[in-house]
Amino acid sequence: MVRYLLRRLASAVVTLWLLATIVFLIVSVLPGDVGRRVLGPFALKEDVARYNHQIGTDRPLIRQYLTTIRRLFTLDFGNSYQTASSVNKIIFPALFRSGKLALLAFVITIPISIAAGIFAARRQDKPSDRIVVTTGLASSSIPEFVTAAVLLSVFSVHWRLGKVFANPPDGTSVIGQFRYLIMPALAMVVAYFGYITRMSRAGVIHGLQSDYARTATMKGLSKGEVMRRHILRNALAPTITVISVQIGYLFGGIIGVEKVFNYAGLGSTMLNAVTHKDIPVLQAAVLLVGVVYMSSTLLADVLIAFLNPRVRLETTR
Amino acid sequence: MSAVSASRTTAALAVENLEVAYTVRGIDRAVLRGVSFSIAPGEAYGLVGESGCGKSTTAYAALRYLPRNGKIVRGRVLVGGDDVTGMNTSQLQRFRATEASMVYQDPAQAMNPSVKIGRQLIESFTLLGQSKPVAAKSALDALRRVRIADPVRVMDRYPFQLSGGMQQRVVIAMALACDPKLLVLDEPTTGLDATVEAEVLDLVRVLREESNAAVLLIAHNLGIIRSLCDRVGVMYAGRIVEEGPSHQVFDDPQHPYTVGLLRSLPRHGVRKTERALATIPGILPLIGTDLPTCVFVDRCPLADDLCRDEVPPAAPVGTEGLRFTRCHHPDRIHELVQAPPDVPIGILSSSGANPEVLELTHVSKTFRQRNVNIPALVDVNLQLAEGETLGIVGESGSGKSTLAKTILGIESADSGGAVSLDGHTVAPNTTGRSANDKRAMQMVFQNPDSALNRSWSVRRILMRSVEKLTGIKGDEANARVEALAAHLRLTPRHLDLKPRQLSGGLKQRVAIARAFAGDPRIVVCDEPTSALDVSVQAAILNLLADLQSEEKTSYVFITHDMGVVRYLADRIAVMYLGRIQEVGPTDDVFNGPNHPYTEALLSAIPSVDGEPTSRIRLEGEIPSPANPPSGCVFHPRCPRVIPGVCEVSEPPLREVAPGHAMRCHIPIEQLVELQRKPLTV
Repeated sequence: MVRYLLRRLASAVVTLWLLATIVFLIVSVLPGDVGRRVLGPFALKEDVARYNHQIGTDRPLIRQYLTTIRRLFTLDFGNSYQTASSVNKIIFPALFRSGKLALLAFVITIPISIAAGIFAARRQDKPSDRIVVTTGLASSSIPEFVTAAVLLSVFSVHWRLGKVFANPPDGTSVIGQFRYLIMPALAMVVAYFGYITRMSRAGVIHGLQSDYARTATMKGLSKGEVMRRHILRNALAPTITVISVQIGYLFGGIIGVEKVFNYAGLGSTMLNAVTHKDIPVLQAAVLLVGVVYMSSTLLADVLIAFLNPRVRLETTR
Repeated sequence: MSAVSASRTTAALAVENLEVAYTVRGIDRAVLRGVSFSIAPGEAYGLVGESGCGKSTTAYAALRYLPRNGKIVRGRVLVGGDDVTGMNTSQLQRFRATEASMVYQDPAQAMNPSVKIGRQLIESFTLLGQSKPVAAKSALDALRRVRIADPVRVMDRYPFQLSGGMQQRVVIAMALACDPKLLVLDEPTTGLDATVEAEVLDLVRVLREESNAAVLLIAHNLGIIRSLCDRVGVMYAGRIVEEGPSHQVFDDPQHPYTVGLLRSLPRHGVRKTERALATIPGILPLIGTDLPTCVFVDRCPLADDLCRDEVPPAAPVGTEGLRFTRCHHPDRIHELVQAPPDVPIGILSSSGANPEVLELTHVSKTFRQRNVNIPALVDVNLQLAEGETLGIVGESGSGKSTLAKTILGIESADSGGAVSLDGHTVAPNTTGRSANDKRAMQMVFQNPDSALNRSWSVRRILMRSVEKLTGIKGDEANARVEALAAHLRLTPRHLDLKPRQLSGGLKQRVAIARAFAGDPRIVVCDEPTSALDVSVQAAILNLLADLQSEEKTSYVFITHDMGVVRYLADRIAVMYLGRIQEVGPTDDVFNGPNHPYTEALLSAIPSVDGEPTSRIRLEGEIPSPANPPSGCVFHPRCPRVIPGVCEVSEPPLREVAPGHAMRCHIPIEQLVELQRKPLTV
């Protein structure tokens, strides 16, 4: 198991390196002069040159590349072009905020959608199953920013149940923060409920039709016992994989929701960096999303190895 | 043999006029059309019949475990006098926990893959109200009862870490946990190797003597039924058409369907050169078909208007009241039994006179896995003559399939060995072989379902093979496809159907047609009939023999069925751990003297004719090819091992008679002597 983890970690490092390289290449082929872009069209030529020299963009590409990679190891992403403050000061608070929102969304989504999946699987093809499946399909086909906008106008503006701006002021208590975050979180729940429900439903149906479920039933176990003791453990592996991939999305992908609720998460930070060509921030944000992605898939693989002895024992060897 | 028909009150299982229907697209379709039988305590009753006849449905209905769309329409099931059909959910749970158990086909799937054996087994005992520590002790005892050598260690394992035979023992241990009144065995040995099958059957036999459970055995293998069951019911289209003591039914069948089943089996050492196998023309009626007639009427040579108008009653056979047949014309059965022998299939001159098509010289195949060398084939030397069939037998893991793949170039042989076709050496891998070499060697797979493209019509499947293999295109190719189909007895109507619209036998015909699309020299058949019913198997074997005599094609025929290989093969090679242990003309291999491994394989077959066989039990499992035993690789399991010799050096493949060679240290004269009297181990 330890060896398996080490191997997975090593491949994660390689993947991150590739990601960093790709981001670097894309950024370097972008046309235009960084100093000119930052200082504006009316800056003096000498100032632009001095600025470029200062931040190192006048050096050969390979040297720039090596510097970038070396800095990555020390978690030094340089300074933002926009605010001139350290990128870390921008990016880590944003990551923390995205994390909070994603966590809340997941704490709500996972139990509800897995329960709904099991409920539907046990009533396969009956009206209640159809309702769950159709609801899931409908909810996941609405773009999340539309859901967010509806939630905002109905619950936050009209009924005043939530906040319009999701950014809680500094020093807000945990429960206080909940009021700020619940509306954007619900928008994410609506977006992901359908997918996770569908996966867990499929897994449980597969489990219900399995021979081992038949054996368990024939032993004289009740339906509930068969489900709890035998089916769930085997049936939820694909769902776990799906959830872990979603974690990565949620951290970086819910730009629409963050925008609607004016929430300064990783998504809005990235969007902001793109519109202002703030390359150091963008680079750092993309890499962080990559790290989150990889950690969540690694976590999922460990969980699956824990649930499935075959994976566990064969990877240990 | 207790053949006393169980009376209703004491019966362990009484099925009374059971009718079961499956709801398909909103319509109830009859599957069981009034099934009645009973089993006395301690008695074993077998149900036989082709797939789709309702035997499994009957077994599952007896334990009230039907698919979601299945329901009991009429009739009752009584176990020990309790009406199972009327039980509520909690009664049913109690009943399954304490009164009845089941052993399934495919034990690997029947256990929870992610829960340790110990916990799964203990669960069966805690359900009986035992506390955890008591249940744990009971579980250990249960494993000892099914003769598992190291129960403590097995408790701590996961199902996938055990061999198929061990898995089935564990499932049997689970089933016996409650000391059931009724034990249902659903194809318990299908998919297991012959030697493992023999072990499991021995175990069931011993356990039957230890307990008083009534056994209901579902099997398509008539030999297993005969060797294990006191009485047998022959099912067809949801009815029991004949019932009686199993030896009587199999020796003297009294229903046209039973006669047909028995006649389509390759038995009594019949060979393709002597006669074609009998088949049962036609197909099983679809479920839900209205049958106010004899269910077998469409396929019965004796059918007349009476059979089409009236359901035949159960007519007693003999005077003891033990047997019945549902036939209007039991007096005419002898016409079928004594029907003139079928015409022989074209006879080929003896294999020696024909030119050699395929030769393997020093072919080895070593796989590399996690830096370990795994020899899957070791120094295989074989010849195959034109129009000859070489049967390859051996347990799973013996290297049969690797041999097939290596011949075809799907796996490339290790350097140093050579595969020659018609005298020239071919490249080890298909990519290196010429179009003509590829065309000359084709394969027929075990499962036609996965071998044929599901979304293509038969015409398109065959068209593609014709174009790919012969280079013919357009109308000419189409004409060839039609000729090919006709040759394989496929009608033009079949050409425009998709594989899923065809029966198993027709699908296999298409797969064979595909292999024959480019006039191959050699066709490798990997268990081509093991997924088929016996009557369909007979038709496919006849077809293969016919094609061979017309086209002079050579076959490499891989199978585990000794009856089939005896019928079709001219020569047989016996493989063990990637080595050929014995090779020789079919008659020599079946008549002996044999390599001790062949001897064990042959003795493991349960015969439908009840021929007396002294069983040789092989101890232990096939060793891992990665770490083969020293000396003769068979020595750890060999009942005739010579200590001090066999574990030291590997014997060479020595010729003991013309064309008959084996790899054994025991001198041939001594083997003849040893095998004259049955071995008692």
